Amino acid sequence: MSVVAFDPTAPLTPSGNLRRRQIFSRLAESGATLAAVVAVAVLGIVIYSVAVHGASALSLDFLTKGAPIGIGPAILGTALIVLVATAIAMPIGVLVALYLSEFAGRRATTQIRLTLDLLNGLPSIIIGLFIFKMLVDHRQQSGFAAAVALAIIELPMIARGSQEVLLLVPGSMREAADALGVSRWRTVLKVILPSALGGIVTATVLAIARAAGETAPLILVCSVFDARHFSGNIGEAIPNIPVMIFELSEEANPEGFARAWGAGLVLVAFILVTSLGARAMHARSKRKMSS
Amino acid sequence: MSASPAALRDPRAARRRDRRKRADRIGDRLLYGVCLAAALLAAAVIVAIGYQVIHGAGPAISKFGLGFLVDTNWQPNFGEFGAGSLLFGTAVSSFMALLLGAPIAIAIGLYLSLLAPAGVRGVVAPLVELLAAIPSVILGFWGILVLAPFVHEKIEPWLHDTLGFIPLFGPPQTTGSSIFTAGLILTIMVIPIVASISRDLFLAVPRDVQDGAGALGATRWEVVRGVVLPSTASGVVAASLLGLGRALGEAIAVTQVIGAGSSIKASLFETGDTLAARIANQFPGALTELHKASLFYLGAILLVIGLLSNLFAQWIGRRFGYAGKVAR
Amino acid sequence: MSYPEPVTPALVPAAPSRVRIQDGAQAGILPTPPSAAPEAVFEANAVSVFYGAKKALAGVSMRIARGQITALIGPSGCGKTTFLRSLNRMNDSVPGFRIEGQILYHGHDIYGRNVDHVEVRRRIGMVFQKPNPFPKSIYDNIAWAPRNLGLRHGLDERVEEALRGAALWDEVKDRLKDSALGLSGGQQQRLCIARAIAIEPDVLLLDEPASALDPIATASIEDLMHSLKGRFTIVIVTHNMQQAARVADRTAFFSLEAGGAEPSGTLVEFAATETIFGEPRDPRTRDYVTGRFG
Repeated sequence: MSVVAFDPTAPLTPSGNLRRRQIFSRLAESGATLAAVVAVAVLGIVIYSVAVHGASALSLDFLTKGAPIGIGPAILGTALIVLVATAIAMPIGVLVALYLSEFAGRRATTQIRLTLDLLNGLPSIIIGLFIFKMLVDHRQQSGFAAAVALAIIELPMIARGSQEVLLLVPGSMREAADALGVSRWRTVLKVILPSALGGIVTATVLAIARAAGETAPLILVCSVFDARHFSGNIGEAIPNIPVMIFELSEEANPEGFARAWGAGLVLVAFILVTSLGARAMHARSKRKMSS
Repeated sequence: MSASPAALRDPRAARRRDRRKRADRIGDRLLYGVCLAAALLAAAVIVAIGYQVIHGAGPAISKFGLGFLVDTNWQPNFGEFGAGSLLFGTAVSSFMALLLGAPIAIAIGLYLSLLAPAGVRGVVAPLVELLAAIPSVILGFWGILVLAPFVHEKIEPWLHDTLGFIPLFGPPQTTGSSIFTAGLILTIMVIPIVASISRDLFLAVPRDVQDGAGALGATRWEVVRGVVLPSTASGVVAASLLGLGRALGEAIAVTQVIGAGSSIKASLFETGDTLAARIANQFPGALTELHKASLFYLGAILLVIGLLSNLFAQWIGRRFGYAGKVAR
Repeated sequence: MSYPEPVTPALVPAAPSRVRIQDGAQAGILPTPPSAAPEAVFEANAVSVFYGAKKALAGVSMRIARGQITALIGPSGCGKTTFLRSLNRMNDSVPGFRIEGQILYHGHDIYGRNVDHVEVRRRIGMVFQKPNPFPKSIYDNIAWAPRNLGLRHGLDERVEEALRGAALWDEVKDRLKDSALGLSGGQQQRLCIARAIAIEPDVLLLDEPASALDPIATASIEDLMHSLKGRFTIVIVTHNMQQAARVADRTAFFSLEAGGAEPSGTLVEFAATETIFGEPRDPRTRDYVTGRFG
């Protein structure tokens, strides 16, 4: 039998096969570091491209006037669609979360969480097909249809995020209210929701950041619009940024590309600011909760 | 409301108390009802989506049956439709994204959990997650104008020159729009998902087991290989499946760079198409009912594949104890 | 302490063999001088340990001798585990860890410049307070480290020998492929000991190895230590004084000293076990071992 002998009094430099193993270990560490560097580099390259190309297109006219000069109507259109979508998704999402945290038993919780996860993982083009069939087929495209599609996309994120925060509210609060004879709905309205509000807002903001960039459903339900004016009528197809970028990217028109970069910059800036803002809020409220 | 004996006997106060108690009961029931309705609505939406997509595919299903899945013919003008080449394109681009993306993402997860100093981790981790926040339309647009030309001029020729004996790496085509470029874009999308989940999984490996391995004179890599990776293997697989689901369902960025090819070809550098991308590409312009129904049929196939991979990911997560981490 | 020059250096075996090469003495050629003190394995010189701004250990100096069992006792928080973990560089991964002074292992500073901490841990093994078996089979738990070291052959014998050395062989010999997590707490801890001795380290550091175990398991661990004593140098941290009295050749008593802003751990007295428990010189030691505090 071979033996793992070593001289204990020898200097503490690698003995036996350790040198080779250490080289391999350091290689692995470098590989992992390289992977992280590559990921950050790709992010940097993409954002850099968008920033550099987009900045040259930016101007006040660009942000306020309609096509072919600018994307003003599209900005307003996206804002309106996202607003309506959030107005639909937020109450429903919070109610689902409340159901999970206040009422649901174990089986119901598992089933509903599964439902939310499936909804979350659904390809958005499928949601587009669904909304097309329900609201657009035999009718017409509309900003409202787009809003409903985005609401379906926002719902699971709001519900999951809200549920996490609601679960953080200590059970002792609910028990104390119960002991004082306060009814369930009063407790929820006056005590539980207010203390979970920060987390709910964070979850909503993150959901908005995701929905604002969704293009696939909008291609199917809100893509034929007049990009020169903003009518504000959500019953018809209104201009919006993601579809605009998509269509400009598919044409072989350099001027269109410039506008697409500009629109892309606006969109990315919005998403970055809201995502980072939401995370900062989340971090701050976590610190408050644990203090 | 004072509880003095006089007040307790006061009929007006008693009526007020009764009204309040009734309001409480009604309020409680209302709250429960509304919450339950919301929960049921969420479930109803999924069922409705499944139903409507399959219903919309009805005409195509009855016309083509299951042969649709293997037919590679797609000619709208002749009313001929088949999902074969789309299934091929979906499979190739998604698996390429998984093959490239999962190892890179796992390496990033290891870096973020075990290697990076706390300050670096605090910066790099949000940056990796930010990669997931970039809208696909912008990534696709960047792909058209920046990535595709680069791939076409630098990467495809080099790969063809060195590995051209493998049919996968055929001669570059006229533009960089190809399954290969689409696969690269999908890789960029898969990485942040798998990396964040992996990072959480690795951070959850108990410190004391890792210390035990280190105390036996094992190098850092050996601790990872011997303890960290084996104990998180199923969670990492589940995370990869979630990443795969993302790649399978991506319509916009893929259609921007994949070139909308309609047949099955051996080389990655040829154009191709996927289920999701074809729907996005052709639906706005689909004129006949059969065309639309065929696109719905593609959607139904995509729905089934997407649901299956999502459910599979959840099952693996639950079965091997990572339910909380995998559900994202 | 140095030995006389070897008479015929060529007689020192060149190839690795079963016999450990000792400083200067050749196996059987020169008699070990009877008056020589046992060789020092560790020599700590004014060792202080800081975790960030907090001083955990202040100015510890001691010599730990070869082939003996040295116990570190004292109340909680007095730095004995910190000191133990510093002996095989397990504190390196603790954030804010800083060490002053010197720890010599066979004369080499283990925190020196060219020292590979993995090599340190290969020579100085550790068993932890809470059993931490790998989520692998019993066999693989023990065979894992030897495989890393490049030993492919004779693994079965090595595993059996390690399990025998840990007094676990008879209980598990028929289920080596079963998961180690199915063993009882006492068995898991003996598995961890077997795992540590399977690679034949020079030193075994035991951090309260029986504190998480029931009395019967504790007794078996203590028996184990006696049988392992000759092969390895053992340093054990324990808060159980009776255990130290039963098992250790020499005992070191640590305590908290209020020095500066916050109290830090310090070595109060280090002597033969009988002395520490019988006629301790320091009143603090006397108070502790007679149970007046701690």
